Amino acid sequence: MNLDFTPEQDAFRAEVRAWLDENLSSRLADKVRTSKHLSKQDMEEWHAKLHARGWLANHWPEEYGGPGWGPVEKFIFEDECAMANAPRIVPFGVSMLGPVLLKYGSDAQKAHYLPRILDGTDWWCQGYSEPGAGSDLASLKTTAVKEGDHYIVNGQKTWTTLGQHADWIFCLVRTSKEGKPQEGISFLLIDMKTPGIEVRPIHLLDGDHEVNEVWFTDVKVPVENLVGPENQGWTLAKYLLTYERTGIAGVGFSTSALAELKAVIGKTEKATDPLFAARVARVEIALENMKTTNMRVLASAAGGAAPGAESSLLKIKGTEIRQEINALFMRAMGPQAQPFISEALEEGYNGPEIRPEGAAWAAKDYFNNRKLSIFGGSNEIQKNIVSKAMLGF
Amino acid sequence: MDFNPTDDRRMLGDTLDRFLTGRYDHTTRMKIAGSDAGWSREMWEEMAELGLIGALFAQDQGGFGGEGADITLIFERLGRALVVEPFHGALAAAALTQDQREEVIAGSLIPIFAHSEAGTAFDPDRLSAKVENGVLTGSKVAVANAEAADIFVVSAMEGDTPALFAVQAADAHLTPYPLMDGGRGADVRFDGASATRLDMAPADLLDTTLLALSAEALGLMERCKDTTVEYLKTRKQFGVPLSKFQALQHRAVDMVTEIEQTRSAVINAGHHVGTDKGAKYAAAAKYTAATTGRLVAEETIQLHGGIAMTWEYNVAHAAKRLVMTAQLMGDEDVHLMRFAAL
Repeated sequence: MNLDFTPEQDAFRAEVRAWLDENLSSRLADKVRTSKHLSKQDMEEWHAKLHARGWLANHWPEEYGGPGWGPVEKFIFEDECAMANAPRIVPFGVSMLGPVLLKYGSDAQKAHYLPRILDGTDWWCQGYSEPGAGSDLASLKTTAVKEGDHYIVNGQKTWTTLGQHADWIFCLVRTSKEGKPQEGISFLLIDMKTPGIEVRPIHLLDGDHEVNEVWFTDVKVPVENLVGPENQGWTLAKYLLTYERTGIAGVGFSTSALAELKAVIGKTEKATDPLFAARVARVEIALENMKTTNMRVLASAAGGAAPGAESSLLKIKGTEIRQEINALFMRAMGPQAQPFISEALEEGYNGPEIRPEGAAWAAKDYFNNRKLSIFGGSNEIQKNIVSKAMLGF
Repeated sequence: MDFNPTDDRRMLGDTLDRFLTGRYDHTTRMKIAGSDAGWSREMWEEMAELGLIGALFAQDQGGFGGEGADITLIFERLGRALVVEPFHGALAAAALTQDQREEVIAGSLIPIFAHSEAGTAFDPDRLSAKVENGVLTGSKVAVANAEAADIFVVSAMEGDTPALFAVQAADAHLTPYPLMDGGRGADVRFDGASATRLDMAPADLLDTTLLALSAEALGLMERCKDTTVEYLKTRKQFGVPLSKFQALQHRAVDMVTEIEQTRSAVINAGHHVGTDKGAKYAAAAKYTAATTGRLVAEETIQLHGGIAMTWEYNVAHAAKRLVMTAQLMGDEDVHLMRFAAL
């Protein structure tokens, strides 16, 4: 039993920190720290920096441009990035489609799409959820009917994050109505410029345009854009979701958010409130425990075991902790969390100063991060998974 | 970073598992816990022979373990089996002389740590027991295994400083009683007892005690959870096993999640014990074990239903011990506020 990092891992952490110091502009870090809206250019700028260093697709094998890190190195990297307020890596190409192509894609698909994810040629978005298929994803209805060397796609996807920026979308589509719902699903890559695709914005409760509806009307997709065998897409979909959940504990984000919370309390009426101090201590203890729980799952993954239902536990508890820190940060602001000045969340805002610092985004972050326990498989779905996989119910 | 036990610890764990499975089953435990003494000297001597007491101490203390991971390994298993013998007392041997400690390790001398008072379950700065000119006056409450003591290790104020003192058991006045969670304890009054000041600071012994209690609670939680999960799979109502009801599944998963968090808290405390972060992580572990402990105990009883309300059903006794460990040496609020201040 040893909680210490090896000297090599400590040196790696120092290397990452030094690199961030050198390459993460204070402009970007400040935007992230103060929850400002990141533009597409901001995100592309950060991806390009990481790609130049070879750290963008940090879980890909080396032959495809990955750095050859183990889970611990990946954790250290993500931790340092979060602590430095680096923008998060947009996951759809690098962390979601990438692993699926690496495992299930044809050689031609790998050779074509993977380099374009790395160099930013293609911005990907995810076409999973539908209005009638949320937690019950397998009930999805968007159809793809084969006609010659094309599929004709009709239907609607929703909650498509950053779809407004996307060049391509990876979609789960129904190619068969035979058998169980899971058995008729295929995994299809679709060029967003194809005629018949329409992207409509969904405005979220915090006013943000983060997600979209994507409508498909007689969209022609070449059959070579199918990944894996037809009607076997559910296997790929689940593989992607398990991948999505590793790292979803968000320990780094919670650590930096807790530091921000502790820094602001002294400037609020909560400064001398012992009950509030106890609430902060409670979430800090949960986070300290979570760091070790996260490490334990990582260590078992590093030892060759695939993180399965354990990643669901990380998701449940990790998101609860992040949401509680958001709630405490907002509560520390009291009524000063109420003003909703959206200009203050744009770069270059020079209106009246909003005090205490954090009041401008405290409520927005709180409401926005209610999504954490809903997406990637809601926390209730995670409990179903743990119940089956770990308890044998 | 390595969460695997060393080979030595794996062997120690296996030895202890074999002993507890073979010699300390539930019926035996209930017999011992309900006996006049409330513990078994025979068991104690056997466990000493197996090296279980020696494993609590470092080599330079005459043992062959003594790290946080050793204490965790042993107390987690003692918890799972609801062992009532005076292991918490044995930890206090760290404060005694080398000769005394060797006797403790051999099983022939039993120390008992008397700390909590009516006015303070944990905070050593608020003790009312005091020592003046080598004479101890004061009262301690709910001292488990007090009747088994050969020697008491007592926390008391000397001037403005809390310190530890050794007092012969014969110099203490006991008001003994059975305990809710099995075994026996006593209120212990010292009325001008001759006290020898020990070098170890109370805070150090308290950190180790918090770690041991948290690890014990973890073992109890695992037992409660395993029994409950099995029960949910076998008990049928409305024609199906209870485990098919989502409301119950999710409550079981909540237990698992919090137990895993508790395991992490205990690992953290074990890693940091004896360092400058020891107190902080011991407080975090005790807070976590206490909150999760009561959750798991209450859910165990609720998810079983009426059967867990009976004396006959073994898991009820685990639930009782689990709730009591949460009360001992400061509850969740005490350690939450300590953590906030540390």
